[in-house]
Amino acid sequence: MTAERVLRVNPIACAGRGLCAEVAPELITLDDWGFPVIAKGPVPPGQAAEARAAVRICPLLALRLAARRTAG
Amino acid sequence: MITASEHASRIRGAPPIAGPGGLPRLLPGSFAGRPLGLAGHLARHGELPAAEGQDARACATGWLAEIERAGLTGRGGAAFPTARKLAAVAAAAGRPVVVVNGTEGEPASAKDKVLMATEPHLVIDGAVLAACITGATEVIIVAGPAVTGIVEEAIAERRALRRDPVPVRVVPAADRFVAGEASAVVNWLANGRPVPTPVPPRLAQHGLHGRPTLVQNAETLAHVALIVRHGAAWFRTAGTPAEPGSMLVTVIGAVRAPGVREVGIGTPVSTVLDAAGGPAQRLRALLIGGYFGTWVPWPEAADLPFSAAGLAPLRAVPAAGLVAALPAAACGLAETARVARYLADESAGQCGPCVFGLDAIATELGRVAAGRPASLALLRRWLSQVDGRGACRHPDGAVRFIRSGLELFGPELDLHARGWCSGTTDDPVLPVPRRLTR
Ligand SMILES: Cc1cc2nc3c(=O)[nH]c(=O)nc-3n(C[C@H](O)[C@H](O)[C@H](O)COP(=O)(O)O)c2cc1C
Ligand code: SF4
Ligand code: SF4
Repeated sequence: MTAERVLRVNPIACAGRGLCAEVAPELITLDDWGFPVIAKGPVPPGQAAEARAAVRICPLLALRLAARRTAG
Repeated sequence: MITASEHASRIRGAPPIAGPGGLPRLLPGSFAGRPLGLAGHLARHGELPAAEGQDARACATGWLAEIERAGLTGRGGAAFPTARKLAAVAAAAGRPVVVVNGTEGEPASAKDKVLMATEPHLVIDGAVLAACITGATEVIIVAGPAVTGIVEEAIAERRALRRDPVPVRVVPAADRFVAGEASAVVNWLANGRPVPTPVPPRLAQHGLHGRPTLVQNAETLAHVALIVRHGAAWFRTAGTPAEPGSMLVTVIGAVRAPGVREVGIGTPVSTVLDAAGGPAQRLRALLIGGYFGTWVPWPEAADLPFSAAGLAPLRAVPAAGLVAALPAAACGLAETARVARYLADESAGQCGPCVFGLDAIATELGRVAAGRPASLALLRRWLSQVDGRGACRHPDGAVRFIRSGLELFGPELDLHARGWCSGTTDDPVLPVPRRLTR
C-alpha cells in the first residue's frame, strides 16, 4: 500500500478568481468562468510543492490534499 | 403547464394494473381513493415476523442478510446496494438516525408521493425495520407537502397502538429540485436550508447533528418491509437475477393512462408503456430516468428490458423510474432546452461551475432551440467543463440529459439553424413548475 495524494477542491467554498492556478499552473487550470479545474489523478511527486503552495494560498481554505490509498 | 402537486394529484387517480409475478406488490391492487389504514395494510401484507424479536442483534444479523440476499438496490436514482448502506450506518460510531427520503423533487415524478398516499404504513414499516437494523433511535420521514397529512395520520394510528419501538415523525419536504439530494435533505432538517453540503463528511458517519444517518428513498424502504415479511427468494421472483425485484415507474406524456405503475425490473419498455395504456399518438422518443436521464429513440427502445443492463446499449438507466413519452408532434430540442433552463435555475447556487456553467449552457441551448445564432462548439465545450464539478451530482445529471438530447435530436439542429422545426405543437410534455418557467 502506498498513500498517494490527490488535490481536491470544495466547490461550495471556492469563489473562483484562481489564485491557486497561478501558483500551480500544471495542476490547476481555470474554466471559462474562472473556477479551478484540477488535473486528474494523484499529484506527481515533482509537483508536490506546487500542490502545497496552492493549498496554502487559497484564501477560502477550499483546497486540500487528500490521501488516496492505492494498492501496490 | 401544471405544478408538481397538480401533477401528482392528477395521476394519483389512475388504478395500478396487476401484472404477472404477483404485481403490484407495493401499490394497492385496486384504488380505494384513500390511503390504506393500518388494519387494511396488515390484512394485505400480514404482520411483521417476530415483532418481539426486534432486538438489534436479530435485526442486524437476520434481516440485513436477507436484504443482502434479495439484492435490493436504492430506488431513489443511484441504485446503490441497500444492505451495504445499512451496514455502514450500523457500523458507525454514535446513535444513528433514519431519514426517509420522500422528497421527490423531480417535477415529473410522482411514485414516492403515490406510494405514501396509498400505502403509508409500508414505508413506515420499512423505516422502523431500518432503524432496528442500524440501531437508530429515531425515524424522520421527509415527505412531499401534498402527502405529509396522510403520513401524519398513519403515524398517529401507530402511536395510539404503541406499534413502533422508536419515535417516528414527518417533516414536509422543501419544494426544490435539489432538495432531495441526500445531504440537502439532512441540511434541510438541521438548518432549514435544502441545499447539498460538501462530502466528506459522509452522512453514514457524520450526518444529521453529527449522527450516523441513513438517508433512504421511500420506495426502497417499502421493499425492505416486504423482504423482511416474505424473504429474499420471494423478492427475486420479480426482476432479473442481476437486478431483482419490482420498481415503481411514473409514466407521463403521450400515453393513454399516465400514472404511477409497478413493473418487474427487466420488463420490456413497450410493456411499461402498455401498463400506462400504451402510446396515445405516434411517438418520437422516450425520456428514461428523469431529468438526469437519457433520451432514447422510439420504437428502437421498445423491445429492450427496462433495467440498467437492458438499457445499456442506449446508455440509459431506469434511475428513479420516470418514463416520458414524447409524441412525434413535439420538438425534442425544445423540450430539452426548457428542462435545461429549469435545471440551471434549480442549481442550489453554491458551486461556480454549476451556477455559471449550467446557466450559460441553458442560454446557449435556448438559442439553438429557438433557431437564433448559437455556437454548438461552445455548448459542447461548456458541457464537458461542467461535468463532475459540483459538490453534488446536479451538474453531471443535467449534462447527461442535455448531451443525450443533442445526440438524439441532432438532425433537428440543422433544421432549427435554418429556422425550421419538425415539431408541430408547442404544448409542453415535460412538466416544469410554473414559477420557474421563463
Ligand atoms: C440533485 C439530486 C436530487 C435528488 N433527489 C432525490 C429525491 O428527490 N428523492 C430521493 O430519494 N433521492 C434523490 N436523490 C438521490 C439521493 O441523493 C440519495 O441517493 C437517495 O435518497 C438514497 O436512497 P436510495 O439508496 O434508497 O435510493 C437526488 C440526488 C441528486 C444528486
Ligand atoms: S484560490 Fe481557492 S477560492 Fe480561489 S479559485 Fe483557487 S480554490 Fe477557488
Ligand atoms: S453542484 Fe449545483 S446543485 Fe449541487 S451543491 Fe453545487 S451549486 Fe448546488
